[in-house]
Amino acid sequence: MTVTLEPAIHGDRVSLLRVLGPAHVWALGVGIVLVGEFTGWNFAADKGGALAALIVCWVVGLLYTSVAMIDSEVTSTVAAAGGQYAQAKHIVGPLMAFNVALFLVFAYTMLEVSDAILLGDTIVAKAGVEGLTHNSFIAATIVVLAWLNYRGVLMTLNVNFVITAIAYISIVILFFSVSPWTQGAVLKLNELVTPGNALPYGWIGVIAAFQFGIWYYLGIEGTTQAAEEVRSPARSLPYGTMAGMITLLIAAAMTWYVCASMMPWEYLGITYYPLWDAGKLTGSPLLENLLFVATLLAALASANGCINDAARAWFSLGRDRYLPTWFSAVHPKYRTPYRSILFLLPIALAFAFIADLNQAITFSILSGVLQYTFMSINIIMFRKKWPLGSIRRGYTHPFHPIPAIVLFCLCVVTFFAIFLGFGSQLIAMVAFYFLISLWFHFYRYKFVRRGDQFTMPWPKPQGY
Amino acid sequence: MSRYTPPEQSKAGQIFDIVVVVVAIFVALWLPLKMGLAGAAKSIDALDAKTWEALGQNPTMASIWEKLGYTPETAHDIIQNRFHYVIDWPTLIIMAAVLIGYFVFLFRASDREYRDVINEKFDDK
Repeated sequence: MTVTLEPAIHGDRVSLLRVLGPAHVWALGVGIVLVGEFTGWNFAADKGGALAALIVCWVVGLLYTSVAMIDSEVTSTVAAAGGQYAQAKHIVGPLMAFNVALFLVFAYTMLEVSDAILLGDTIVAKAGVEGLTHNSFIAATIVVLAWLNYRGVLMTLNVNFVITAIAYISIVILFFSVSPWTQGAVLKLNELVTPGNALPYGWIGVIAAFQFGIWYYLGIEGTTQAAEEVRSPARSLPYGTMAGMITLLIAAAMTWYVCASMMPWEYLGITYYPLWDAGKLTGSPLLENLLFVATLLAALASANGCINDAARAWFSLGRDRYLPTWFSAVHPKYRTPYRSILFLLPIALAFAFIADLNQAITFSILSGVLQYTFMSINIIMFRKKWPLGSIRRGYTHPFHPIPAIVLFCLCVVTFFAIFLGFGSQLIAMVAFYFLISLWFHFYRYKFVRRGDQFTMPWPKPQGY
Repeated sequence: MSRYTPPEQSKAGQIFDIVVVVVAIFVALWLPLKMGLAGAAKSIDALDAKTWEALGQNPTMASIWEKLGYTPETAHDIIQNRFHYVIDWPTLIIMAAVLIGYFVFLFRASDREYRDVINEKFDDK
C-alpha cells in the first residue's frame, strides 16, 4: 500500500521544500556511507584479521538490513524532518527524542570530521611535499560543503548523486581490472590470508572487529533525515534506503575481496586508504589516479550528506523547543536550516583539528550503535502501540519481530566489541549522554509544549 | 487536563543554554582525547630479529611490503603492534551497568513525559 503523507504542519513558519525523489534518497544514504569502503572498514582487519573483516562485513550487513527494514516502516509512516528523532518523539517520548537527535548529530558530525581528515591526509600523501599539512584542506572542505548546504538541499543532493556514482563506479572498475576470476596474477588471496593468519586473535578478534565492521554501512539510516523534503516519503524512502543497502553490500564484498587479495592484513589494518593502495599495487597509473580521485569524492559526498543530516536533527531540536528556538530558523530564500548548519560548522572544524581518524570514527560509531539499540526497541513499541491495521503505514516490514531481535543482539555484541580496545571512550560517552539527559529532564523540558510534540494524525496509542 | 503553557525563555537564557550544550559537547568529545582515554589499546611486541621470516611474512607478503616502501625494520612496529584482548571484568561490569542504567532511565523518564504529551494531545479532543 502506498500513501502520500501530508507535510507536517508547523504554524505559519517557512517550511522545508519537498523537492527530492528516490534517487536523491539513494544518493544521501549511499553518499554518506560509501566513504566507509575507502577507509575505516579496514580497521576491522586490525582488530581481528582479514577473515574477521569479511565475517563482520556480512554479519553487520545483516544488522543494517534490519535497520533499513525497520527504518523504512517507521519513517514511511512518521514523515518529518529529523528522521529517527521524529520517530522517538511520537513513539517513546521527548527525552528519548532529545537523546536520539544528539546521537544523530554526534554520529554525523564526527563522520564529517573523519571525512575531512581523510580528504586532507589523502591530498597530503599524494602531494608528497615536505612540511605540507592537512589543516588547510580540512578547513576548506568543511567550509565549502557547509556553504553548499546553506544554499539549498536540491543542489546539495544533486552534487552528491553525481560524485557518489563516480566513486561507486571506480570500485567496480578496480574490481574487474584485477581479474577477480583468477588468482595468482594480481590477486593473491591464498598467499595473503592463510590458515595461520586468517584469524590472528581467534574468535574474540572477530567479535572485536564488529566495531569497525559498522563502518562498512554507518549512515545508511540517514536517508530518513530527508523525510520532510521528499515528494513521496512512503514510496521514496523505503525504495531509496533498500536500494542503497543492496548497493553497499555489493561494494563492501568487492572491496574486501580486492584489498584482502592485495595487502597483508597487518598493513590493511592500519592504512588510511585501502582502495587507493590497491590501485597503486596494480601498477596501473590510471587505476591509481582513479582511486585517488574516488577517495576524495567519496569523502566529499559523505561529508556533504553528514552536514545535511546533522543540521536537520539540530534544527528539529530547536523547532520543538528542546533547544533554544533560535536554531529552528529556515532561510527565507534558500529554505534550509541555515542557523543549525552554521552552528555545527565550528564544532566540526574544532574536532577535525584535535582528533585523529580512528578516534573520530569511534566517536561516530558509538553514537550510531546507541541509536540502533534505540531503534530495535522502538519498532517493538511502535507495533504494540499502533498494531497493524490501526494506522496507515507506507511500508510494512516482514518477519517482525525477528529483525528487531537480530538488531538488538548485534548491538550488544558491538558494545562488547567497542569495549575490547575502546572501553574508556564508551564509558565517557555514555556518561555524557546520561548527564545531558538529566539536564533535559529536570530543566530544559519545562520549555517544551507538551501536546505539540505529537503531530501525526493517529489515534491514541494503545495502553495510554 | 489543562493545557501546559511553558514559560517564555529570555534571550539571555537561550544564550546560556546554547553555551551549556556547546560546553557539554566539547567536554564529552574533547576530554577523552585530552585524558588519553580515546584510541586503541595496543602495544608493540618487540622482536630482536627483524627479518620478514621472524615477522611471520611469507615471500608474497614480503614483496608487497617492499612494493609499499617498507623494510623489515620499518614494518616491525606495524606488524608487531597488537591488541591484547584481556577481559577486564570490573571495567566490563561498570560499562554494562552504565549502559543499562542509562537506557532504563531514558525509557522510564521518557514514558513519564510521553504520558503528559498523550494526555494533553488527546484530552483536548
